[in-house]
Amino acid sequence: MRRASLLPLLLALMSTLSLAQTTLVDAMRGTTPLMDDAHPPVLGNQENKDVRRNRAFPMQPPTIPHRIDGYQVDRNANRCVGCHSRTRIEDTRAIPIPATHYMDRDGTMRGDVSPRRYFCTQCHVPQDEVKPLVENLYQDFDAARKASSVKATGKSR
Amino acid sequence: MVRRLVELLRRYWLVVNRPSAYFSLAFLTVGGFIAGIVFWGAFNTALELTNTEPFCIGCHEMRDNVYVELQSTIHYSNRSGVRAKCPDCHVPHQWTDKIARKMQASKEVWGKIFGTIDTREKFEGMRLELAQHEWARLKANDSLECRNCHGFDYMDFTRQSPRAVQQHSTFLANREKTCIDCHKGISHRLPKMVEVK
Repeated sequence: MRRASLLPLLLALMSTLSLAQTTLVDAMRGTTPLMDDAHPPVLGNQENKDVRRNRAFPMQPPTIPHRIDGYQVDRNANRCVGCHSRTRIEDTRAIPIPATHYMDRDGTMRGDVSPRRYFCTQCHVPQDEVKPLVENLYQDFDAARKASSVKATGKSR
Repeated sequence: MVRRLVELLRRYWLVVNRPSAYFSLAFLTVGGFIAGIVFWGAFNTALELTNTEPFCIGCHEMRDNVYVELQSTIHYSNRSGVRAKCPDCHVPHQWTDKIARKMQASKEVWGKIFGTIDTREKFEGMRLELAQHEWARLKANDSLECRNCHGFDYMDFTRQSPRAVQQHSTFLANREKTCIDCHKGISHRLPKMVEVK
């Protein structure tokens, strides 16, 4: 009785597995078989224009508009803070680290960058001018609002 | 004791002071000249031998610490394959400055013999002090070893990023700052920077 009910389930499972095998292609490896070595794409060239990019949404961590190759961010030193810290911006003209980054999790303002904000590249990253691996349909708030108002009134403002 | 020493010196002085009885003047002058060339050449050859990268990384202190750190930086690996070797940055190219630095380096021989940095922990413990020595040296000579390759007059600001132009055209141009003031830790890892005075 139980075995009989299990059989269609097993069949369904097998069919989904085989489907996954045929469609699942790793974006980095392409269709290279598992035992072969894939040829990795050429390393990107990080943009170095020093032009601030817009944020896509209000809480987005700003992207880094310059190269950060070999920047040391560890227990000894933080190369980002070396220019972006509160005390260095007069000389470096860098964007100062905002006050929120000096707050610890209890909201206490500290003298230096809070340890939980110390590793800058956890949130802030440089950008490469490359073709995205997957299509992105994301619209920011303004674009979405504009599109909906066009749909409602039939004309753009 | 002192009297015997003075007596010995006096005897040698008499020997040296007396004209040669066996060798001709030509032999002594020409021979001395040739011997001088040989000694000078040998001295410089030995000096240049200590100025090579295989000599520097002949000790594990350099090979396992600073040399490894150099390898991931732009001064070792880059698109054009031009690279800086240890003495390019750490030994002056001018002869007199080089001899002065080599004399200072006798302390490094001392450190090698007595194992001042013969473990990773000892090296990390000394990193701040060692780095500060190099920063002080480069600050004092206006980053001479940087400028041996990187000439300010040949910098094309239009090929630099705006942020680099902003720094180089102001602080570097008016000599308020020198290379090492901003470019610390470009070839080796930085020490604990909060302890830098």
